[in-house]
Amino acid sequence: MSKKWTAIIESDHKLVDLKLKEVWHYRDLVWLFVKRDFTTRYKQTILGPLWFVIQPLFVTIVQTIVFGNMAGLSTDGVPELLFYMSGNVAWLYFSACVTSTANTFLSNARLFGKIYFPRMTSPIASAISSLINFVIQFLILLGFLLVFILQGANVHITWVAALTPLLVLNLAVLGTGFGIIISSLTTKYRDLQVMVSFGLQLWMYFSPVILSASSLSDKMYNVMMCNPVSPVIELMRYGWLGSGTTPFLFWGISWGVSVIVLLIGIMLFNKVERTFMDTV
Amino acid sequence: MNRSEQDIAVKIVGLKKRYRLGVIGGGTLQGDIQSWLARKRGKEDPNAVIGKKFHEKNATFLALDGIDLTIYKGEKIGIIGHNGAGKSTLLKVFSRITAPTEGKIYVDGRVSSMLEVGTGFHEELTGRENIYLNGAILGMSRAEVDSKIEKIIEFSECRKFIDTPVKRYSSGMYVKLAFSVSAHLDADILVMDEVLAVGDVKFQQKCLNKMSEVSSSEGKTILYVSHNMNTIRQLCDRCVVMDHGKIVFDGDVDEAIAIYSQIQKKDRSSFVDLTNAKRYNRVENTRYMTFKSIEFLGKDENIFSNGEHASARVVIDSEIKVEHAKIRIGFYDVYDRKIGSGICTDVGVIEPGKNSIDLDIDFTGIVDGTYRGELILFTQDSFSGVSEHDIVLEGFWFDVYNKSDIPWNAFKWGSVRLRDIIKK
Repeated sequence: MSKKWTAIIESDHKLVDLKLKEVWHYRDLVWLFVKRDFTTRYKQTILGPLWFVIQPLFVTIVQTIVFGNMAGLSTDGVPELLFYMSGNVAWLYFSACVTSTANTFLSNARLFGKIYFPRMTSPIASAISSLINFVIQFLILLGFLLVFILQGANVHITWVAALTPLLVLNLAVLGTGFGIIISSLTTKYRDLQVMVSFGLQLWMYFSPVILSASSLSDKMYNVMMCNPVSPVIELMRYGWLGSGTTPFLFWGISWGVSVIVLLIGIMLFNKVERTFMDTV
Repeated sequence: MNRSEQDIAVKIVGLKKRYRLGVIGGGTLQGDIQSWLARKRGKEDPNAVIGKKFHEKNATFLALDGIDLTIYKGEKIGIIGHNGAGKSTLLKVFSRITAPTEGKIYVDGRVSSMLEVGTGFHEELTGRENIYLNGAILGMSRAEVDSKIEKIIEFSECRKFIDTPVKRYSSGMYVKLAFSVSAHLDADILVMDEVLAVGDVKFQQKCLNKMSEVSSSEGKTILYVSHNMNTIRQLCDRCVVMDHGKIVFDGDVDEAIAIYSQIQKKDRSSFVDLTNAKRYNRVENTRYMTFKSIEFLGKDENIFSNGEHASARVVIDSEIKVEHAKIRIGFYDVYDRKIGSGICTDVGVIEPGKNSIDLDIDFTGIVDGTYRGELILFTQDSFSGVSEHDIVLEGFWFDVYNKSDIPWNAFKWGSVRLRDIIKK
């Protein structure tokens, strides 16, 4: 009579094992992590949850003044505030996904060293709690949009806006993928952490957050769209503001890249997860 | 004991965990790539310390060295051993915090491990919120916690403060709350590392009772690591002693504790003053020859590899002159079983006063483990009668390191491996 075991702990493991079933079993934990992030982030602060709003608003205002008014960069005829804000909201979600998951192993070393639960719950929770920030910021964007539309500004919502959930998902997949790759590597090389914030800043300038893609030459446009974040931001802007271009082909490539990055990330993550306590 | 495979809760087979000694990796990406390339091309590692050989840099250490253990459902197993024996590593591998290097663990049932009290508690959250969070980390669903939260709060004795952030808690309250969550888990196998070392005695007692209760009434299996022999005695019905990454004893709790305290007591230092060592009763007060000391030359600690010849200097204080004195050394393993003796048939003439005698001891055949040596000084008269002049029962302790081609189970097979049997 052979016995059915609940679990077998051994040294080798499957290369791509998403462990989705296990993560699903721990879905309550994912939810509680999200709740914990949300409720503890602004405890003992003056402005509290207002920070969710203030940060993107400030960035947008600074950009409007510096790039729009002083440098006079093109915004495709769209009100500068809306142009920058739409780019920022999307970009901030992407960069939040990267930075919040990039520290998964290091910041949870104590917890991971004492107890087992599917480690993947942690980056998933990070991506979801960043999504909450995104939704709040997006609603503010819609508020401004409404105001501008009522004032008769040159903006109109197109059918592409309906793709927003897919666009956001794309950012989540790409950002989380990069984040967990970095988190896996930072267990060994700590300076990657510094490179992340630095790299993300550079990366932003290669995305149509500040620069309007349609003002670029064809060659530069193609180069920029090879950046998997670019087509997403561009489509988002086209959908809600009706300006810019619709790089659907590049978006397809972006999805492909995102999925590959995520798969590589999961592979690395699962590999590191098993022994990182010995190297961290 | 007639238990079938179906009653097994955990089966550990040939479990090993290897750690690399020294600095892991070059520390930088560039260094790691250089080392890796050099390894691939079979060249010397440019990052190795000059003068050190390749294998020295990659010296490894087996924290777990071939663990085999079968645990049946409902058993309460204690794991004891001195620091560094591998207890915590075993629990870590078992709790899936780090993966084993070799071997497998088969588990039947849900495992919940408590390697530290209050892991996953968030300072800013209230006691109640932390119960949910901690419960979820330990694998409970929200509904499960919902159904148990009243019991948990009741058990923790923290009801008054349950909606206060835990950072305001005293450390005792913190522990009580954390333990309460773990104690109310629905897991089939509970793994605990020294968690009861904290908290006041009254609460400790309450926890022990609670655990005995869940184990007997709900049939939970418990793995408990502790240095506190009293709690082990109280809770466990079977006990495992670990030493140097191996299981050296598995069975009765009292017996295990006795063996553990013996391993603890041993002092492997190479110089031992035998003046006041424990002696056989008969020679305790009246003797005219005395072992003063034994020293293993060229060693800091008595650790020998199999096949190594040890040079020992024995100092004997004598009141008379004796010719043809002999020395016998008897060896005991950690279970206090005598494994054999060796004799130096002639140490020459012993003069009145201090005599220094150098001996060569061959440990060939003794398997990996910790041993005790007793020293006997005797003479033999012309009628083959033996008279023993000094008998030191606890002479010295030593370790033999002997990597066997076949995992040797000293408890069952004995501590001496005879010459290999050859097929003719």
